[in-house]
Amino acid sequence: MENPKPIKVALIGNPNTGKTSLFNQLTGLTQKVGNYPGVTVDKKSGNCKLSGNKTAIITDLPGTYSINPTSVDESIVLTSLLNTTDKDFPDIIVVVADVENLKRNLFLFSQVKDLEIPIILAINMSDQMERKGISLDIKTLQEELQTEVVLISSRKKIGINKVKEAIENCAVVSNTHPLCSINHKIDGDYFEKLKEVSANHTLYELWLMITQNNFPDSLTLEEKTKLMQFTQDASRVKRYQHKETIHRYQQINQILKRTYKVDRSKAKDLRAKLDKVFTHKIFGYVIFFGVLLLIFQSIFDWSTVPMDFIDAQFANLSEFVTKQMNAGVLRDLITDGIIPGIGGVVIFIPQIAILFLFVAILEETGYMSRVVFLMDKIMRRYGMSGKSVIPLISGTACAIPAVMATRTIAGWKERLITILVTPFTTCSARLPVYAILISLVIPDKKLLGYFSLQGFTLLSLYVLGFAIAIISAFILHKLLKVKSTSFFVAEMPNYKLPSIKNVILDVLEKTKAFVFGAGKIILAISIVLWFLASNGPESFKNIEKTVTENTAHKNLSFSEIQTKISSAKLENSYIGIMGKTIEPAIKPLGYDWKIGIALISSFAAREVFVGTLATIYSVESDDESNSTIKERMRAEINPETGEKRFDLAVGMSLLIFYAFAMQCMGTLAIVKRETKTWKWPMAQLVGMGILAYVASFITFTIFS
Amino acid sequence: MIKIQTLSTIATLVKGEIGIISEESLDVIPLKLLEMGCLPGVEVELLQVAPLKDPLYICVNGSHLAIRKEMASQIKIIKS
Repeated sequence: MENPKPIKVALIGNPNTGKTSLFNQLTGLTQKVGNYPGVTVDKKSGNCKLSGNKTAIITDLPGTYSINPTSVDESIVLTSLLNTTDKDFPDIIVVVADVENLKRNLFLFSQVKDLEIPIILAINMSDQMERKGISLDIKTLQEELQTEVVLISSRKKIGINKVKEAIENCAVVSNTHPLCSINHKIDGDYFEKLKEVSANHTLYELWLMITQNNFPDSLTLEEKTKLMQFTQDASRVKRYQHKETIHRYQQINQILKRTYKVDRSKAKDLRAKLDKVFTHKIFGYVIFFGVLLLIFQSIFDWSTVPMDFIDAQFANLSEFVTKQMNAGVLRDLITDGIIPGIGGVVIFIPQIAILFLFVAILEETGYMSRVVFLMDKIMRRYGMSGKSVIPLISGTACAIPAVMATRTIAGWKERLITILVTPFTTCSARLPVYAILISLVIPDKKLLGYFSLQGFTLLSLYVLGFAIAIISAFILHKLLKVKSTSFFVAEMPNYKLPSIKNVILDVLEKTKAFVFGAGKIILAISIVLWFLASNGPESFKNIEKTVTENTAHKNLSFSEIQTKISSAKLENSYIGIMGKTIEPAIKPLGYDWKIGIALISSFAAREVFVGTLATIYSVESDDESNSTIKERMRAEINPETGEKRFDLAVGMSLLIFYAFAMQCMGTLAIVKRETKTWKWPMAQLVGMGILAYVASFITFTIFS
Repeated sequence: MIKIQTLSTIATLVKGEIGIISEESLDVIPLKLLEMGCLPGVEVELLQVAPLKDPLYICVNGSHLAIRKEMASQIKIIKS
């Protein structure tokens, strides 16, 4: 028997309704993350097995309160629902609603229902009903809404099979009636004219196209022109939208009056008690800083063991391959290019996973919204919003998801400032650079007998990152003349225990995205670097002869000559020439051409710094020794002074440079996509670059 | 029973106080806030005020929302 075509199902719902939880229950580990064409919003979809050989493809649309979008994420929902001719257009929509706030959830439902796509209403968190004193007349509700209603509890896995059954039923008997007849209650003539524009679209679809200026490809040119005329009278459109909203709520109120009862006396309000603590004027901030400290402590502490383990494994692997393979170009490529390259990415996994774990837990529990509430007034002084706290914290893992997280900030100026300063926060890519430099130049001493001086330096760099982000935000706030209506509303969701499954899946997904996203760049750069370091113009090819025949080298032993050859090779390779070219510019900062090479490659991504130095020094060193990169860097001598290359002044100067400079192509690309112009990423690149140069120069001068 | 009605805004509520959003506020409430249930004629309760007196944490129509004082002071209410 032939397999029937899978049913396409889209999940829609308010944020914090457990929509993603249901998605996880329906699809499990079959989830795939893709991108919507043209935007970088994650498109999550997965397969779901129904009865027999029937299957469904479930898509998790971003959480939204309404299909009238106010953000990029929300506009995805509208676009997915208007493009009726698209191959991914859903056959069925499942609206996920929270039983505790059914009224507001039904508002979104009523909008989707009017699009006349087959629909199911899944009312979530039904296990809470008794405790909250809620009673619901499902039968009447089904009749009133003309929709199959399923009671579920996605966290407790209740009703998941009923959702699957409903999907199968709905595919057979699709009953599509609009719920709210918006037309005659608002302006009969106006909507009658609108309906005449196109016979292929429902009235509500046409109305959405006007209000949102979103004209799908399924329209003919003539239809589009006619619709454009309706958009002329903007104030009328706005007035009707307001009326529409009120009308929908009136209708929902009537339906709920007959079906939904709450016995307030039964509701035990944990929320109020917890809010009192978490938003307290003293304890609120104490708890928040405690949480931050806990996060940083665990990033540094818990991750050292797995990171050392990964580091050692990659060194072993390199050694193993060196022994197993015959000497040659291929072996060099693998041991000096690919293995250190991959190692440079894998080593971040523990730290990134821990950070994502905390962010996921804080969001799941509802605590993050309280932080937004606490911090809004403070952040506003610096031209940002309370919602900027989330990107700034996420920025300590990676600026790319952090810049994407700014989408929840509604005011454009606040959002722009947050985007511009987020790259100053110490992302995990800076961490290996800091770690290696600190261990090289900061003595391993205890401060006041307890705090490690190295740890203190690292903490200071984090504080410096935040401080410079806040200071630049303040300056931008005063300088930027951007027109923007700042409008702020944040939902304060109920407190919840985090679901382990949701948290784990979230961490897995984000870590995977980082490893494969950043990994590709780093691996590619490692290979390119290796090539540039082991090849060169004409003079490079004769280097062996030149060095051996040099009379000054007559009395050197064989191995000393080999070392001379390797370093002469590096100096004359393509990358050596590049490093030499920029050497005069970076000399005031205390750097030589080898560090210059690392700087050049770091402009793709900071973490490449360590890998580059590893590649440079392993190309240079003779092949048999697989000493760690730190040992090699420590042994490096500044030929002009005869002292160590990485002394305190150079180390500090480099630390400051990496703290301030914009060295991440990925972030530049995402900023371009989010701000829709190259102006802002270029401003970041230049502004942060100048700041880094000046600050490093001052640092170097002070310490030397 | 005589009700004393005074015209005030959400921003003038004290913690724990309840008011009803007045009809004339319709034009100043942004669509997004309307869609979240903040409509004329419904009860609004001030639950918490942030430590620096702003934003305000309100409960309106079953939705728990944080809005800024600036917005709150434009939404007129009737205290009962």
